[in-house]
Amino acid sequence: MLHMHKFEKIWMIVGIITLISFLTIVGVQAFSKAEGGEHQGAPSDMTLVDPETVTESAPFNEPGLKQIGENEYELIMVLQSYGFTPGDIEIPQGATVHIKATSLDVVHGFEIAGTTANMMVTPGHVNSMTYTFNEKGSYLILCNEYCGTGHHFMSTNLEVI
Amino acid sequence: MKINRLDARLSLAHFYVAFGSILFAGLLGLLQTLVRSELITLPSWINYYQILTGHGVVMALVFTTYFIFGFFYASVAKSTGEFTNKQRKAGWIGFWLLTGGLVLAALMIALNKATVLYTFYAPLQASPFFYIALALIIIGTYFGAFAVISRYRLWKKEHPGEKTPLLAYMAVATLVLWLIATIGVVAAVLFQFLPWAFGWTDTINVALTRTLFWYFGHPLVYFWLLPAYMAWYVMVPKIIGGKVFSDQLARFSFVLFILFSIPVGFHHQLLESGIGEGWKFFQVILTFAVILPSLMTAFALFSTFEIAGRQKGGKGLFGWFKKLPWGDVRFLAPFMGMLIFIPAGAGGIINASHQLNQIVHNTIWVTGHFHITVGGTVAVTFFGISYWIIPHLKGRILTKKMNKIGIYQTVLWAVGMGIMSSAMHISGLLGNPRRTQMTSYNGHEVASSWGAYEMAHAVGGTLLVISLVLFVIVLINLAFFAPKGNEEFPIAEELNPTQQTPNWLENWKLWIGIVFALIFIAYTLPIIDIINNSPPGSSGFKYW
Repeated sequence: MLHMHKFEKIWMIVGIITLISFLTIVGVQAFSKAEGGEHQGAPSDMTLVDPETVTESAPFNEPGLKQIGENEYELIMVLQSYGFTPGDIEIPQGATVHIKATSLDVVHGFEIAGTTANMMVTPGHVNSMTYTFNEKGSYLILCNEYCGTGHHFMSTNLEVI
Repeated sequence: MKINRLDARLSLAHFYVAFGSILFAGLLGLLQTLVRSELITLPSWINYYQILTGHGVVMALVFTTYFIFGFFYASVAKSTGEFTNKQRKAGWIGFWLLTGGLVLAALMIALNKATVLYTFYAPLQASPFFYIALALIIIGTYFGAFAVISRYRLWKKEHPGEKTPLLAYMAVATLVLWLIATIGVVAAVLFQFLPWAFGWTDTINVALTRTLFWYFGHPLVYFWLLPAYMAWYVMVPKIIGGKVFSDQLARFSFVLFILFSIPVGFHHQLLESGIGEGWKFFQVILTFAVILPSLMTAFALFSTFEIAGRQKGGKGLFGWFKKLPWGDVRFLAPFMGMLIFIPAGAGGIINASHQLNQIVHNTIWVTGHFHITVGGTVAVTFFGISYWIIPHLKGRILTKKMNKIGIYQTVLWAVGMGIMSSAMHISGLLGNPRRTQMTSYNGHEVASSWGAYEMAHAVGGTLLVISLVLFVIVLINLAFFAPKGNEEFPIAEELNPTQQTPNWLENWKLWIGIVFALIFIAYTLPIIDIINNSPPGSSGFKYW
């Protein structure tokens, strides 16, 4: 069998205990629900969509911001090189927004810079996440996956008022 | 045992291309930082993303692969004896396939026919010749792997019942990892990208290409890292006048790296649709298991340092630390690599921590992360190896003067990389995206704080290129002008040579069986799901 120095055993045991507690915390946070019952782990939507007919299929035939409850909204977004539809969005402070996005063409990234709103948007799939805008201000939505030579122009503004 | 001239020539050919590549790709990297910081604008005949593709392909696939094979040929020839004619021939076929792939890929990128970055995510569609170039590079490595592995097997046949040389064992372990890892990218290129790029199929399953790519993409970084570990485990102890702390645990850590570096690719796809969250988390757990051999490695290295330092008269709790040969670039450079690996490893843990990834994913934080891992830890260790291996292979010596320049070069590299990647990490946390030409976003206030960091990237990048130029100057001296002599090829002995190394560590069938079992568990169901529940495929786009 393998021989391990006594100090190395202690070092490894401390390491393993740290590792397990770290993973437990990550795991609990990944699978626990937020107060409103929303999923707060990594965005992993399994919904499919035909990339060729995105603009004809619901809900992406009507992209935009829709109120669905008291200060609760659904944001349906279509991404393509090099823009977001809809652009220049206004959202009331404190609103919870359920974002659903897909791509018309290549892989894009949906990021609201400086927040935890961040997900990959791949053609053929819908991706979704929920974010609550507690602070007023201008937010920058940008594409964070290379999508062609105009990639750096792909952005829009989100105003929380 | 002196390395046979023919084997030395094979090894050197790889090193020369590696050094040329890193200098060229380094210049491309500097251009990128200058464009992003808006210090220069590119002429109309070339675009930023072409340069970015070139930098990624040449650094990640060309420099590393050539260097590693050059290092493996020399290490195996040194520790197991000269290659047979057939093995050496396979090595040369590998070299020319790699070089053919390199030339073809470079041509496609230069002609703006493959501006898809080195990850070549579908449905951006490059010229089919770009994918052929990638295939040639990978097939080339298979010939090289054949040469190394068959030399190792021959040694075992020549020395029945004996423990194989540690260096050769580690080279073989790294290649086993590489062979299993490349299955993913080979499958994607052969069965998905090539038929689609040639127009034989109309559409491509995007989610599957990404999953196969990252099945390969993560172990790829261990393919870069393990040769650096070889130098840390086997060569650095000899350089500092110490011994290998534990032969069996060194082997065991390499085996663990094989097991826990492959079935973990989903941690690059944590924010992606179409992959169940449970499977993502399962692979996150396996990802974290790689911390175990890392902790073992850290312990072994610092024990070696302490023992060697105390033998040289170091007293007290940390007195041994001062006794280490800080003026010897053969030690300083790999040590710098180890030091950098502490924050680099911590950053990796953050990236793989499931939902924590949401803060950093695809921001320039990630670019900062792999610049300190590969560009820091791995590259600086490779520099340290180069300083003695080139003169050794050329029958020359590392002179005092070159050693001194080497120290400046190492420090300059560490400082440049420190400035650049710290700025990348910090501005990534502020949301600054990676892989983008400009970050002004029409003067949006959120983006306004990023400009200063872009400037820091340019400062760091400039220091890095100066360091590279110094490096290449020293190597030219060491290869062609340094005094003739015999530079040592440092291979340390074991601290406890009587300690038995168990045979099961060398039972490759066992380890390959276990790694395939892990891959099967971690990947089969999600991949079946990706194929069975696939959306209509995507046709190709050429947005450049």
